[in-house]
Amino acid sequence: MHLVLEVDDSLGTLTPEARAAGIDQAEQVLRTRIDEFGVEEPLIQKSGAERLIVELAGISDPERARDIIQQAAFLEFKLVEVAALSEQQLARVDRAIVTSIGVDSLRALGRDVAGPTGDLAEVLFGGAEAGDSLASDSTAVADSAETAVQAEEAPNLRPFSSLLRIGGDAPGTYLVAEEDVETARMFLSMDAVQNALPRNLSLQWGNDRESQAARNYRRLFTLVDEAFMTGEYLEDAQAQRDPQFNQAIVNFQFNRAGGRLFSRFTGANVGEYLAIVLDGEVMSAPVIRDRIGASGQIEMTGAPIEEARDLALVLRAGALTTPLRIMEERTVGPSLGQDSIEQGEVAGIIGLVLVLVIMIGYYRMAGFLSIIALSVYLLLVMGGMAGMGATLTLPGIAGLILSVGMAVDANVLIFERIREELAAGRATRTAVDEGFGHALSAIVDANVTTLITALILFQFGTGPVRGFAVTLSIGIIASFFSAIYVTRTFFLLYLQGRKASDPISI
Amino acid sequence: MRLFANANYKFIEKRRTAYVVSAVTVVVGIVAMLANVALIGSWQNYGVDFTGGSLVQVHFNEDHGVGPVRDALGGASGPEVTRFDGENEFVIRAPLDEGASVDAVRESIEGQLEAAFGPGSFDISRTELVGPKIGAELQQKALLAILFSFALTLIYLAIRFELRFGMAAVIATMHDILITLGFLALFRVEIALPTVAAILTIVGYSLNDTIVVFDRIRENMAAKGARKLDQIELIDRSINETLPRTVLTSGTTLAVLVALLLVGPAVIRDFSLVLILGVMIGTYSSIFVASPALVEIRKRMGDGDRDRKKRRPQAASV
Repeated sequence: MHLVLEVDDSLGTLTPEARAAGIDQAEQVLRTRIDEFGVEEPLIQKSGAERLIVELAGISDPERARDIIQQAAFLEFKLVEVAALSEQQLARVDRAIVTSIGVDSLRALGRDVAGPTGDLAEVLFGGAEAGDSLASDSTAVADSAETAVQAEEAPNLRPFSSLLRIGGDAPGTYLVAEEDVETARMFLSMDAVQNALPRNLSLQWGNDRESQAARNYRRLFTLVDEAFMTGEYLEDAQAQRDPQFNQAIVNFQFNRAGGRLFSRFTGANVGEYLAIVLDGEVMSAPVIRDRIGASGQIEMTGAPIEEARDLALVLRAGALTTPLRIMEERTVGPSLGQDSIEQGEVAGIIGLVLVLVIMIGYYRMAGFLSIIALSVYLLLVMGGMAGMGATLTLPGIAGLILSVGMAVDANVLIFERIREELAAGRATRTAVDEGFGHALSAIVDANVTTLITALILFQFGTGPVRGFAVTLSIGIIASFFSAIYVTRTFFLLYLQGRKASDPISI
Repeated sequence: MRLFANANYKFIEKRRTAYVVSAVTVVVGIVAMLANVALIGSWQNYGVDFTGGSLVQVHFNEDHGVGPVRDALGGASGPEVTRFDGENEFVIRAPLDEGASVDAVRESIEGQLEAAFGPGSFDISRTELVGPKIGAELQQKALLAILFSFALTLIYLAIRFELRFGMAAVIATMHDILITLGFLALFRVEIALPTVAAILTIVGYSLNDTIVVFDRIRENMAAKGARKLDQIELIDRSINETLPRTVLTSGTTLAVLVALLLVGPAVIRDFSLVLILGVMIGTYSSIFVASPALVEIRKRMGDGDRDRKKRRPQAASV
């Protein structure tokens, strides 16, 4: 599994420095989390200043791994705005939706968007004099004559507020029927709606389901937008089962600085409701009864204890100061991966045998020596790759093949040269020395230019291309070493005890 | 055994034939790219790596045929579905909307297939999701990487050899890349990350081959009395001398690649094909493009001997 993560800055509010700091912190956090998750040999590395590459081998459940990684555990504490939204504010939201997607598209959603005539509709379109008040109310609507006409036909369009029910038991919350959640989510994700909401307030979903009168509801909280505290002060988190209500809870503990902040804030806001927001969802919103010190509790209504454990894990391993977004993801299923590797191995072995046959067939004894050098070369490359923690990807195999070609190439250059020297009538030993000497410059130049290409690839490449560059570089260096020193050593051993004029097998 | 012992082919004399062959191949490639712009809207058949988007490869336990899978995903308006290698394996390519989460696409495909064929009737064997931003960056980076490697190679060769050797090597490499891209465009081979790696491998291989020939040319030029020899003859001799090595090295590399093509996994097939083609073009170009380019550059710029008197600037004449 290969992931590329980036700081989620969809609002565009972070400076490059803040994003870079976020990535640095995320790197630390993910390292701890993945270690706790128990993946063997994970690779976590920064790519540029603002990206993180995560490679996990042999993951059987990519879904869970993705959750653990991406679960931002972005913990925030916000105040609940008890008064919720005023009718004017809701009306503005409704109007924003009507103007930006039009009456026809709303109808196409197949929803009963025209709620019963009531106060809200009055506020919205000013009752009977819909057209006039529209024109004065909102220039945006007036600009679009068509919308105005359609709005006149259906004067009480309340696409959003009609989905809401007043929360009742908890102040500052609405209930949205389960089947309407998708639509409401879509509305809330619209830019126009976000702009229509009061600047300091935001609407955020609760994480649990509420059951009333045989219908399921999700809670929508009205929160003061600015978080007074985030999870960066968190020191410890433990999952527990609350013996009284038999539900999973996560106890958390702040460090000293966090504890001070928390206690100051809760002390100043006794009687208010405190929303504990995890990854944008309100986990719970207890009332602040008293000044709270360095520890708190998240209630996970109806969740299994495993979920509480996972949450405690990500909280303990560190909360991300900024949420992360997956930019790129590649997973290969176990069956496909295994098949590919086996086929690749078979092909690689056949390829090597072919090279072996060609080299020994053409150069005989010298060819055999070059094959030994090639084996040394392969050992070096494998060792080098293991040492650098590189994983063998498809482009990695390409780098390996090219460098196998070049490892043989260096030998071929040397042997051809020796043959030429022999043909020119030199004695065996002189020919061998001259051969190695003259071939050297071609080998150096060829290897250095390829190394240049590899280094540039490493600089510009991402992910697999980088892997390719690493493999290629290791291969070039190893091939250089094996051709010059290993082959030469074997050649000298082979020549030992022969007369200078004895013919050699090349 | 000895291949091409004392070979004496007149490569440089035949260079005009090679020019025609190269020109025709390059033109065919460019026409193919232009045709692609008109037909599919981009020069090459860019995969999700470049355009951003998602690819999900699904293996079904039973063979449903491509039709039902397509229908399950929304028919003609749905994502592109193609059969992959085996009988009941499909590759589904779906675009990624601006700002949409990459997970959403996979989940929706999974959901739709589960609704149509039932849960557990298929496994997802591979998923690739690439954000549009990454794709665009990749295009830019690949181009920059190639340009920078040209520049640095030029500098290295200018220092180690002479500037004209560097120029000739870069011309030969550009020629190889252009022909490879033309081939990719002609057969609409999907340009994915492995394909890029293959193209870059070709750059490396082609340079390697060219440099071995150039090294021999340089050596022969530095030999005593070489100045008096006919330069074309000298270059021809150098190519002939390195011919056994050229053929043998290409042979071993091709042997490995052919094994990969025939026995290797299906995912690697396009990639092996591009490499085989590239090795052949690279070998051809080191003989028929790089060396002639050197001759032509010498004709226009002189032989660049620093020891001789400074030549007066003169108009290029052929």
